[in-house]
Amino acid sequence: MPSLKDLKNRIGSVKNTRKITKAMQMVAAAKLRRAQEAAEAARPYAERMNAVMSSLAAGVGKAENAPKLLAGNGRDQVHLLVVMTAERGLCGGFNSTIVRLARQRISELLAQGKTVKILTVGKKGREQLKRDYTANFVGHVDLSDVKRVGYVNAQNIAREVLAAFEAGECDVVTIFYNRFQSVISQIPTALQVIPAMFEGGAANALYDYEPSEEAILADLLPRGVATQIFTALLENGASEQGARMSAMDNATRNAGDMINRLTIQYNRSRQAAITKELIEIISGAEAL
Amino acid sequence: MAGTLQFDLVSPERRLASVAASEVQIPGADGDLTAMEGHSPTITTLRPGILRAVSAEGTKAYVVTGGFAEISATGVSVLAERAVPLDELTPVTLDALVADACEAAAVNSDKDAADKAVADLTAMRVAAGL
Repeated sequence: MPSLKDLKNRIGSVKNTRKITKAMQMVAAAKLRRAQEAAEAARPYAERMNAVMSSLAAGVGKAENAPKLLAGNGRDQVHLLVVMTAERGLCGGFNSTIVRLARQRISELLAQGKTVKILTVGKKGREQLKRDYTANFVGHVDLSDVKRVGYVNAQNIAREVLAAFEAGECDVVTIFYNRFQSVISQIPTALQVIPAMFEGGAANALYDYEPSEEAILADLLPRGVATQIFTALLENGASEQGARMSAMDNATRNAGDMINRLTIQYNRSRQAAITKELIEIISGAEAL
Repeated sequence: MAGTLQFDLVSPERRLASVAASEVQIPGADGDLTAMEGHSPTITTLRPGILRAVSAEGTKAYVVTGGFAEISATGVSVLAERAVPLDELTPVTLDALVADACEAAAVNSDKDAADKAVADLTAMRVAAGL
């Protein structure tokens, strides 16, 4: 049975914890709004880009000399997995769900006898994957100094990925991130960026192309990769804040429950101590 | 005055403009072109240059680098890699753009294209009067 003083200290420390989690929740809520706005602002570009590329791809994709970024280089031996996670923890299952999905994919690929290379974005993913797959690591992108993810960051990652692809160091590139569904639900997603995959892809309107269709496509595909990575980074950012917000909300509520329980225990002990003293006095008086 | 067409200028990070314009001058990769209402549907890539949109509120100019424009009879959407309103352009930002292009030229395998981008930017500096 803990002493009264211990209980009081416990209650004090849980109260402090509750203050911290509450503050973190509020910060996450503010950041989430900003992250959502950023994701919203980026949507028109990504959507148009996708629409144009898919209509172009539908026209050119079947040609024999289609760009390698679209058609692949004819092999699927070496897989590069770009795993995007957060730089910080305390956001519930956010990092673990991505890592779990990536891990699942890695073991599938390894079972098929493929070579797997891993590029991580964000410290948490690297820490978790490094334990099992140190040999497969080819790089890490550190975004811990970046306050606000910009297109430049996505471009840098895209450049690295494209360079690896062009040098023949990888054949298939897949990115892993959490798609933002709502504050309480983020969906871990694997998206193959090279060779590019497009939804739909019906050639709608007839366009004049200037310069040629092929030249435009060749120019657009690298940009498309950067755009997809950028979208993923933004979705990930929003998901992270959403996950942190709900995790901290839970933590705050738990701390509240804990304080209530401890307070009851504290009061009972205090009552018990008083009762005990009274009994002692009374029985002492009766004995006389 | 001829009819208007919907002009959208978006960069990966934000939407810069969405107005009804009467004409849009686009720095296409194969040369400048002006889109007006009823233009035949065209998709063109952009070279670094100045994009002007003439609307009821006057002419707005933007500096764009790379990207592409999708022109249809009723609208123009420009997807620029980077876009800055011309009034906000300072020698510093332009220098940064040129530096980026030079850096890209250093690593790019397609030397001609990269050099052209640098030259385009330098020409743009003159055009912008900086």
